Amino acid sequence: MSTTDGPTLMPDDAAAQDIADREAKGRQRKGWFPGLGDKWNALPRHIQWLILIVVVVIAYLLPILNPPLITTDPGNNWQIALAQMSVYALVAVGLNVVVGYAGLLDLGYVAFFALGSYTAAMFTSPDSPYVHIPYLWTLPLAMAITMFFGVLLGVPTLRLRGDYLAIVTLGFGEIVRILATIIPAMKGQVGFQNVGHPPGTDSSGQPIFLNSNGTPWYWFTLSVIIIVLLAAGNLERSRVGRAWIAIREDEDAAEIMGVPTFKYKVWAFAIGASVGGLSGALFAGQVGFVNNQKFDIATSILFVAAVVMGGTGNKVGALLGGSLVAYIPLRFTAIAEFKYLIFGAALVLIMIFRPGGLLPARQSLLAYGRLAYNKVKGALGGNTVPGPTKTRPPGQVATEPAKGAGNE
Amino acid sequence: MSEAIEPEIDVDALKEQGVDLEVAEKVAPERDIVTKVGEALVQVQNLTIKFGGLTALDNVTFDINRGEILGLIGPNGAGKTTCFNAMTGVYKPTAGKVLLEGKLLNGLPQHKITRRGLARTFQNIRLFGEMTALENVVVGLDARHRTSVGGALFRLPSHVREEKTAIERGMALLEFVGIADHAHFLSRHLPYGYQRRLEIARALATDPKVLCLDEPAAGFNPAEKEELMSLIRTIRDDGYTVLLIEHDMKLVMGVTDRIVVLEFGKKIADDVPKVIRDDPKVISAYLGEPEDDVA
Repeated sequence: MSTTDGPTLMPDDAAAQDIADREAKGRQRKGWFPGLGDKWNALPRHIQWLILIVVVVIAYLLPILNPPLITTDPGNNWQIALAQMSVYALVAVGLNVVVGYAGLLDLGYVAFFALGSYTAAMFTSPDSPYVHIPYLWTLPLAMAITMFFGVLLGVPTLRLRGDYLAIVTLGFGEIVRILATIIPAMKGQVGFQNVGHPPGTDSSGQPIFLNSNGTPWYWFTLSVIIIVLLAAGNLERSRVGRAWIAIREDEDAAEIMGVPTFKYKVWAFAIGASVGGLSGALFAGQVGFVNNQKFDIATSILFVAAVVMGGTGNKVGALLGGSLVAYIPLRFTAIAEFKYLIFGAALVLIMIFRPGGLLPARQSLLAYGRLAYNKVKGALGGNTVPGPTKTRPPGQVATEPAKGAGNE
Repeated sequence: MSEAIEPEIDVDALKEQGVDLEVAEKVAPERDIVTKVGEALVQVQNLTIKFGGLTALDNVTFDINRGEILGLIGPNGAGKTTCFNAMTGVYKPTAGKVLLEGKLLNGLPQHKITRRGLARTFQNIRLFGEMTALENVVVGLDARHRTSVGGALFRLPSHVREEKTAIERGMALLEFVGIADHAHFLSRHLPYGYQRRLEIARALATDPKVLCLDEPAAGFNPAEKEELMSLIRTIRDDGYTVLLIEHDMKLVMGVTDRIVVLEFGKKIADDVPKVIRDDPKVISAYLGEPEDDVA
């Protein structure tokens, strides 16, 4: 048998060993939480739900618990800090659809955040001369408007790839901010005061949603995040999610395998944009004041940093990254002015030691894949290392022991 | 031996090759092909491709008949892969037409060509590395699915149905190519030979009328090549039409029903393997010395 014929298809044992080695290598690379994703995926569904419920309950209790050490008091009000963290988390979850799933580097995401904020402000603030609608209605409106702009930006630009797309989106981010400065109706630096809030008063007649009270805003945003996460999960485990990941992995191959790549890239952009708009509207409501100062490029880069830090492609990772990016400067007020320096250094370190981000757990792309995988694993005796199989076509001669496929 | 084509499925041969008939049944597509067995399914007419001043493909014409394995051979740089790319829409032909069942494919986006029924694999493996083997195949199956954002978001019944059948068919396809026990591994973790097989499964998943394989045996040793060829024969026996680019003359002669030979972008021969083997033009262009022990 010639050895010059290139890599050989390995006999069963060698192949199994080779795969086991590679898997082990993959796990080692995960670093801080070894095999966390694997362990999580191995848990039965009902236990996963139970853990999730506990986590959600704790998340809801956070403003009341005000846990020592973690809390941002006394430097910054803990409840308001939580509200801001939740908005950033939502932004990261939305941007993760664009950057993490579809692999489209969007450096101008702040534009959608700004559009959402301005939508909420211009339709509710008394400073605005336009039609006024209840605050809650501005949320779907902001989503619709930003989605429209997402498609508007996506259709011409998504024919570009990689760096070119990043530059164009960067430009778009600046355009929105500059328009807010030069269009009189958007009131530049003066901005809009007293942006609306959801209705409802407590027993003393005070509105529940006050700018000075973060708790209801935090609960409200948290609920929105949970809905968005469920929706993102549904998309992930469907044709849509698979199309996105396929595009990220190899766009040309995806197209040839029948994925309408352009359509799904525009969808990723539109969905990402609408979540950005939604978070912008929530941000405007919580802060109560919108002007052109909050939507600079640095914020946009911060959003991308949040996604990359948390774990590109993993919605829970993005959630974590988003909260951390908001949390760190609030918690450590002494270093807040160096936040870009610190995030920069942190990003470099993460890229070196943990290229997948803090939580690089792989997304599952099949709604009913669990059954099939378990069947396969069960057939192998619960062993993750595959053994010899009976389905292999016979005549597969065990060639000379290969020392691993040399195709890498 | 290769000329002995049975249009109907040879059950014994399938069993001999270790094919589970139940699996084959599940894999067998519900194809709606107008073209009868033996008639031209794909027609490549006067196909010309120029890159600047270079003519990569010069007025090439050939047919692929339904139910056959057509070999496309030629020396390096003869235009085989270019021809492939022109058929699957990667390159826009400078002139000429590609017809599938009499319908023009030129100018269609690539994903629509795939949906029309022309699937391919790649010379250098191009799987989706971060996906499991099963997910890779399901991406192929998605070519026939209709769910979009709305259906997935609200888990409409049609989406649920598609997802469930996709798992079943995906596993059957993996079993068909012999790697079902590796369904849960990331495709980049699979050994080379399995990756090649996975590519074939993914292409089959798009439910093609014609399966185009671009050097599927590259980097294989003779024993593995032989196995792959028996897999390709099984695929043909299962009702697919196969276009095969391959370097290894022995294999091409052994498995194909007809061979088209390209040299410098021109077609120099188109016949059954026996004739090709003795064609002086082909010999001088490609084979060098005629081999005695072919097939």
